[in-house]
Amino acid sequence: MQNLEKPKLVMIGNGMAGVRCLEELFKLSPDLYDVTVFGAEPHPNYNRIALSPVLAGEQSLDEIILNPLSWYEEHRISLHLGFEATRVDRSERVVYAKNQQGQEVQARYDRLIVATGSMPFMLPLEGVNLQGVLAYRDIADTLAMIEAAKHYQNAVVIGGGLLGLEAANGLMKRGMKVTVIHVAPWLMERQLDPVAGALLEKSLVQRGLQFKIGAHTDKLIGNEKGRVCQVALKGGDEMIDADLVVMAVGIRPNTALAQSMRLHCDRGIVVSDTMQSVTDPKIYALGECASHRGVVYGLVAPLFEQGKVLANHLAQMGIARYTGSITSTKLKVTGIDLFSAGEFMGLSASAISNAHDLAQDQEVEEIVLSDPHEGVYKKLVIKNDRLIGACLFGDTVDGSWYFKLLREGTHVAEIRDKLMFGESNLGDVGHEGHSKAQSMRDEDEVCGCNGVNKGAICKAIKEKGLFTLEEVRKHTKASASCGSCTGLVEQILMFTSGGDYSSTPKKKAICGCTDVSHQEVRDAIKAQRLIAMGSVFETLAWRTPNGCQTCRPAINYYLLSTWPKLAQDDPQSRYINERSHANIQKDGTYSVIPRMWAGETNSGELRRIADVVDKYKIPTVKVTGGQRIDLLGVKKEDLVNVWKDIGMPSGHAYAKALRTVKTCVGSEWCRFGTQDSTQMGKDLERALWRMYAPHKVKLAVSGCPRNCAEAGIKDVGIIGVDSGWEIYIAGNGGIKTEVAQFFVKLKTAQEVLEYSGAFLQLYREEGWYLERTCHYVSRVGMEFVREKILNEPQTRQALWERLKFSLDGEPDPWFEFEKAKVDLRQFTPVEIQ
Amino acid sequence: MNQKNLLNPDWVSIGHLQDIAPLGCRRVKRPQGVKGGEVAVFRAEGDRIYAVLDACPHKGGPLSQGLVFGARVACPLHNWTFDLSSGQVQSPDQGCVQTFSVKVENEEIFLDRNELMNPDAFLQVH
Repeated sequence: MQNLEKPKLVMIGNGMAGVRCLEELFKLSPDLYDVTVFGAEPHPNYNRIALSPVLAGEQSLDEIILNPLSWYEEHRISLHLGFEATRVDRSERVVYAKNQQGQEVQARYDRLIVATGSMPFMLPLEGVNLQGVLAYRDIADTLAMIEAAKHYQNAVVIGGGLLGLEAANGLMKRGMKVTVIHVAPWLMERQLDPVAGALLEKSLVQRGLQFKIGAHTDKLIGNEKGRVCQVALKGGDEMIDADLVVMAVGIRPNTALAQSMRLHCDRGIVVSDTMQSVTDPKIYALGECASHRGVVYGLVAPLFEQGKVLANHLAQMGIARYTGSITSTKLKVTGIDLFSAGEFMGLSASAISNAHDLAQDQEVEEIVLSDPHEGVYKKLVIKNDRLIGACLFGDTVDGSWYFKLLREGTHVAEIRDKLMFGESNLGDVGHEGHSKAQSMRDEDEVCGCNGVNKGAICKAIKEKGLFTLEEVRKHTKASASCGSCTGLVEQILMFTSGGDYSSTPKKKAICGCTDVSHQEVRDAIKAQRLIAMGSVFETLAWRTPNGCQTCRPAINYYLLSTWPKLAQDDPQSRYINERSHANIQKDGTYSVIPRMWAGETNSGELRRIADVVDKYKIPTVKVTGGQRIDLLGVKKEDLVNVWKDIGMPSGHAYAKALRTVKTCVGSEWCRFGTQDSTQMGKDLERALWRMYAPHKVKLAVSGCPRNCAEAGIKDVGIIGVDSGWEIYIAGNGGIKTEVAQFFVKLKTAQEVLEYSGAFLQLYREEGWYLERTCHYVSRVGMEFVREKILNEPQTRQALWERLKFSLDGEPDPWFEFEKAKVDLRQFTPVEIQ
Repeated sequence: MNQKNLLNPDWVSIGHLQDIAPLGCRRVKRPQGVKGGEVAVFRAEGDRIYAVLDACPHKGGPLSQGLVFGARVACPLHNWTFDLSSGQVQSPDQGCVQTFSVKVENEEIFLDRNELMNPDAFLQVH
């Protein structure tokens, strides 16, 4: 751009969606625009979701400010607080705004964001203009309600939806006697099915709220001072005393200004997948006022997603697309557990008019658990072996897990019988003992890897205004290492940041350098014949010149596994262990594990190992779980000589590659043995060593069903039986203990090699980087793997041939330095005289 | 030690650009008998050369072994990520690593001997 003056970006609206978009923009391109913001409220951007805790007296107003005024100054934003935009001249590109004192300001724009949010809907009742009749939308409303609770006794809330119930709960906590008038046959009819709605009513009545369900308000009656004093219901002479009436019957996208600008609106301002208005290319809209593919979103996570997409376009990256979100709901009334997501109505969908023909759909099934005594109700809606909806009351501990299954469209046929009992019943050790995130004490540890307790996570969420799992990871490190506590952290996030939390993106970007997912990178590399990292970055428009520590190792692996012998390995894109071919330890020394074929060794090898331990003063020698010997505390300078002196092949214990093939002694020695498991193990290990994979790969072979080699928790486990070999796949002994599933029974050793190899090659070609076989198989479904390997002999043979082709002539990095591209300079430091 | 020395760099060659792999690193030992640990010399994006202390302020991890991208390095132990030019760790982690002056002339890389000889200078200057 020749122009020295920066282009002008103006935003109408100062709410959560718009300001998040600016934050994302500043991250990508901090100095691109002169930014002006008009906010009708006299406050900087605050967390609207937290108004309910403020009303209930659980948080203060200061605590819910997300961007203090200093933030606006820091980014040199011209902020006009208390100014409502009154008119936009699209031909001159000027926004005019006015405050309550009648002052007027104007701002020219090159690009305009309309983020006017929504307006509460006021029923056109007689008496609606009386004093003491409020909506529940912003700080002013909340303060007015708190004030009223100090002076008056009786409150009526019209509307038993999410917002209405939160308002009722807050007013009750402040000492008022509250009646909720709700027109539909059950509470929260848009988020709950009838059963859960009735349970909710029961537990709220126990807390002291009163309800008029299925009742229509007739009019509001005022006293002589002009303040509301009673509410009259239709069809009877029932009158309810009310000194305060809160109307929470819904919100409407605030499109008045947009309509005056002649932007095309349906329910909201119609925008494309890039959040651009369809009328004027210089104008964008997002948040509760925007209508995307016919949907207006009201929850925070989809709006943040929109903000991210819009920021990407404003920063002239031009690659992000918003494709819609699935949302979930959680009520922020302390002590009541309630969760719903997706098509939760299931078979009762016909009960409400706006649901589609779901009930007619033959493939929709429901699994329901109901325990009225304990106040627990769970309903899961399944279609085509995938979870499409969930509605939980009383026990929502698995809400985030169900939401994840739903979002990712996971195949659930195999876990169907256990689905209802939650993730902890799938044998996931990370979740055992934590029955409910809510019942945990603040000092209870959540993340065992990084020593983060519940209190620290809650504090970070509240103080820093965190909304996503990613943000919690960054700020607290919780769930940032092994990830086994992810479900728990998501639950805490839900409880703490409240109902509108949901992790919307259906696909996950590899890292911050891009918006594309692992699968999209794999597909592009294959379809577009990309064989170098640079062309991947270019074709997929990476935001960084050479990626980061997350994406580069993944892409390097994808290139090598897709184009063996063609793509060049890039050692600088491998983690240190794979670059120095040894495992780095906490003090910066390394460990060395030589390969012992199937765990068998001899006096010559042991003698050489012993000599090396003495010669290089290696402090610790340990037998590993994979039947090998680990030398710990080797200095980096010594690595090359240690390898040479030991004279055994690399054990690849440091790599995302084939690690060990563990065996029992088998029929050669064991009196129970039915098969020669050691020889089978050696054959497998010799066939598969040097095999890089998305993650580490471990095998085991047992000679009889006593299974001394523990084949049940390996990626491929083989058990000898009298008539041949049984193959089990996708087991895991790590973070997520997973028992391997029976795959096939085979007769000959040659078949064992072919089937095992074909499965591993399928995983190598399709797995996402750092995805273990158990995760891969659960993602694609066991049926898919069976189909490819068992039912399609040609596919299986082709996979096995491709694996052999890939591994043929691969170097041993401990000896063939040049071929394995080992940079020897790394082992010797530069000396200064 | 003498503050004056720090203002008059005494450049000492540690090798050529080609001695470091692109997006790679070499460790440099301080002169014999000088305490303070090794220095990691990086060849970052665009062949820019940076030198920092080879010890992460978090748990002492050798930054020389980390993955380099842009002008940054990720510690191999716990992934703390540092800006190589300022030595600042990327938020939300907090801390910084000592940086060293570097001169590159005709692809030859120099460090300042005075700086290498003064392990405590970092504390005095900053």
